[in-house]
Amino acid sequence: MPIPAKLRAPGWYRAALFDVLGFGFAFGLTVLIRFLMHQHPVIDGHAITIVALIAVPLFFLVGIGTCDYWFYWAAGKPTRAEDHSAHGAHTWRDYFRVNTDHKVIGIQYVVTSFFFFLVGGLLAMVIRAQLSKPGMQFLTPEEYNGVFSVHATVLIFLFVIPVFAGLANYVLPLMIGAPDMAFPRLNALSYWMLPLAGVMMLMSFLAPGGSFASGWTAYAPLSTTMPLGQLFFTIAVQLAGASSIATALNFLVTIITMRAPGMSFFRMPLLVWANFSTSLLVVIATPFIAASQFFVLLDTALHFHFFDAFVGADKNGNVIMYQHVFWFYSHPAVYIMILPGFGIISEILAVKSRKPIFGYRMMAFSLLAIVVLGFTVWAHHMFVSGMASWIRIPMMITTAIISIPTGIKVFSWLATLWRGVLHMDTPMLWALGFLTMFTLGGISGIMLAMIPFDIHVSQTYFIVAHLHYVLFGGSVFTIFAGVYYWFPKMTGRMFDDRLGKWHFWTTFVFFNLTFAPMHLIGLQGMPRRVAEYAAKFADWNLFISFASFGLGLSTLIFLYNMVASWRGGPRAAANPWRGMTLEWQVSSPPPIFNFDSVPTVVGGPYEYGVPGAVHGIFTPPVEAGAVAAGASSAAPSQESTR
Amino acid sequence: MRNRPVLQMVVIGVIACAILIPIALIIPWFPAKASIQAGNIKTLYDVLLIASVPIFVIVMTVVLYSVWKFHMRPGEELKDGPPIHGNTRLEVIWTTLPAVLIIGLCTYAYIVLRSNEKSRKGEITINITARQFAFEFQYPKTNGKTVVSSELYLANHQPVVFKLHSLDVIHSFFVPNFSEKIDAVPGITTSFRITPTRLGTYPGECTELCGAGHSLMRATVRVVTPTAFKAWLAAQPANIPPPVGVPPPNGSAPGIPGASSAPAASSSTPSTSATATAAEGKAVFTGVGGCSSCHTLAAAGATGTIGPNLDQRLRTDCQTAESKKIRGATLDECIMTAITKPYAYLPTGFTAGIMPSTFAQTLSSTQIQGLVKFLSSVAK
Repeated sequence: MPIPAKLRAPGWYRAALFDVLGFGFAFGLTVLIRFLMHQHPVIDGHAITIVALIAVPLFFLVGIGTCDYWFYWAAGKPTRAEDHSAHGAHTWRDYFRVNTDHKVIGIQYVVTSFFFFLVGGLLAMVIRAQLSKPGMQFLTPEEYNGVFSVHATVLIFLFVIPVFAGLANYVLPLMIGAPDMAFPRLNALSYWMLPLAGVMMLMSFLAPGGSFASGWTAYAPLSTTMPLGQLFFTIAVQLAGASSIATALNFLVTIITMRAPGMSFFRMPLLVWANFSTSLLVVIATPFIAASQFFVLLDTALHFHFFDAFVGADKNGNVIMYQHVFWFYSHPAVYIMILPGFGIISEILAVKSRKPIFGYRMMAFSLLAIVVLGFTVWAHHMFVSGMASWIRIPMMITTAIISIPTGIKVFSWLATLWRGVLHMDTPMLWALGFLTMFTLGGISGIMLAMIPFDIHVSQTYFIVAHLHYVLFGGSVFTIFAGVYYWFPKMTGRMFDDRLGKWHFWTTFVFFNLTFAPMHLIGLQGMPRRVAEYAAKFADWNLFISFASFGLGLSTLIFLYNMVASWRGGPRAAANPWRGMTLEWQVSSPPPIFNFDSVPTVVGGPYEYGVPGAVHGIFTPPVEAGAVAAGASSAAPSQESTR
Repeated sequence: MRNRPVLQMVVIGVIACAILIPIALIIPWFPAKASIQAGNIKTLYDVLLIASVPIFVIVMTVVLYSVWKFHMRPGEELKDGPPIHGNTRLEVIWTTLPAVLIIGLCTYAYIVLRSNEKSRKGEITINITARQFAFEFQYPKTNGKTVVSSELYLANHQPVVFKLHSLDVIHSFFVPNFSEKIDAVPGITTSFRITPTRLGTYPGECTELCGAGHSLMRATVRVVTPTAFKAWLAAQPANIPPPVGVPPPNGSAPGIPGASSAPAASSSTPSTSATATAAEGKAVFTGVGGCSSCHTLAAAGATGTIGPNLDQRLRTDCQTAESKKIRGATLDECIMTAITKPYAYLPTGFTAGIMPSTFAQTLSSTQIQGLVKFLSSVAK
């Protein structure tokens, strides 16, 4: 029987077929092994599900067509030469296909991430509904534990981390004058792992026993004794992590090898520096969370007893080891979730203040300092974990020290504003909102570094307040800033600035009303991750719940603005913000291959106010002398202002 | 002053600090402090506030002042700011000053930490055993008896070191008024010290997510006068010492559905050497067993809703043919299996993985027998 063309060509039909094959493979393999090992019953739903969770996504990735080229090449068949015919998206359907164009992948990333942003936000609304009054409201405790676990996991692994990768995917090759990322097919594969991870996390709600309910931290041995839903987390994190690592490698190689002629490291825009630093963090740290979750998987599925202090050959499972391995990733992860935002803010503040970024080199060096120091502070999450008590002291000191490079960045941004010509439009409002809110989150971070104070507030709502100030007031504000800033470039349309400002002010106000009181109830002793609480916290919680609903509603303004503007906004000029970096020197949206002629970079990226300064030129320089002169005058110097 | 923007900002900043610092210090952030340690931490927090407010004020002042003075005015659409690339002196200042500040704060925090964690004269040891979802407190042996209670009693001004043990997953014991906490970690003993300084009744709570009953895992803490403490201790019966985490040799992996599905016929019936009464069983139900966090049982005044309602389900579920086959024919056998191997038979509507499956290890045989006696006597 001939196989229909639809099932042979890459795409959704073949992906569906491969899903079925993947499940059959998992079923067959599990039954075979259980039969050979004399395990009874031979057909075990749990075991089959676990194997299927690993096999089905891999089969899907092959079916949808992310690996066709490599299979042809490995089999010695003629590969389809890359004629770039698949570049660009002509209809909305093209966004649902495997595409190797970094601009298409960037939009796929951003839109997918925002879908999960809405899902995570809705889960937050459910959490606040449950907490509006003491006592149980809508959910049973185990459902509640599942909801906040999925809320955190989805927003961390499916929103904040990938949306930065998405924005950078779109903008970064343009910024460095490259036609695409270094590994376009790997780029596509990285993207397609993401929705799989997200869908798996959400599907855990359907698992018997409910979704994973041990928090996004999944501390052992709670996680190793959870019902089946926990493994949806364990395996989905592997997919999201693999996606992260592949993208980070791609960024590193792209930044190192594909910069336009003349773009030295110290002529790179700070967004490129930020993603370079972030990618270093991802590549070094992410394997550790993969390891921690493999431990959990092996403990749960195959009874390895890594974390079981009561059972096993020597009853010597090491519970605290899980936390060390986990935080060795998850602390750098907070920088993975903020450094790209730092880059976005640097771009916006320079352009919108019409001034060079203040202290460019120190801005770049402080990013690298954060990368290095970021690996030395993980155990500050564990001051009350029962680890050896002396470790707390060096961790307190390194944690405090990491505020110095962060402080350098904040003060340099402030100095960039000084005496500028501030264009107070939507991206700028978000950038300034970030600057103030992230400062608050940073201050509570310094407080948390102080061990005695941390002992009082750890595992309380003070932590919830702190982490939302840095992740919402910090990361999410930068994401909104970046999305508004590059919206004209990515869509070719202008957004509605008035609605954008409404979005900012409603979010800013309700954000503070929601999260500021959490500092207080945390200090008063309300533990985090509780489905119900003591009556004395009732008033504040009701207040917080109402504020959070306002915060949720403010997102609707954003959604409307994005959808309406993308469909029918006024056409955007190539360079609506009068930016100097290369992405603004091409049309909006950019041509399929980004640059019709390769740009030559002749100066720094933020030479605003310098008469006659340019960052890149698009005709090959005729005069060698001119290039040299431009290069020397544009090198970011540390001149005194006097 | 018109042409001295920096001076203007300094004035604004000083005024803002003068207003904000007192406000920050007046807010009643902490619950009533009831230990020496809490007092130290409150003072540390005040110092942190005094150091933090100026930093926040600097950032806010520069941002708002810049927006006020330097925003683009009509006609300036194409104007650029002055090309200031940096200022080495400024950058050195804002690297050095924060460094000095954090060295000071870290030193002070270290001193507070040493003071809070030092052993004090006349210290007694109280063992805290945590399990899903209850705490039990074991006091030092006095007059040849060991007292174990589910409420924590402390003598005022009597320094105490808590030693924490966990019987299943990670828990944490936190009394907000004492400002100290630490995790109870399976396999190791952790500890923290406090000296209570204020009479009263305080909430103790588990702050480390430990499962479905986490939010209900609380204990009452009473700080009483030393005389009242002695009298209370003397009036307590000698309780059985807690069986700290010694699993039987055939112990199965806790909580894994399917892993503990050995047939009930071979269920390890705890030895009947000690006799247990229904009254003791009730105490275990409401206290150290933590059963009332999840189950409803009128006879024990329990109203938990996570697990099956024992008033409605206990007798009827034990009478099904399936249950009789798996959990044993008699009511006592059925209850015993339900406690020690909860997933051997799952009542309809409930899933595996929620009820702790480690009670055979974490409760003593006497405690389990007491529970069985109590439950079979009240089962409707």
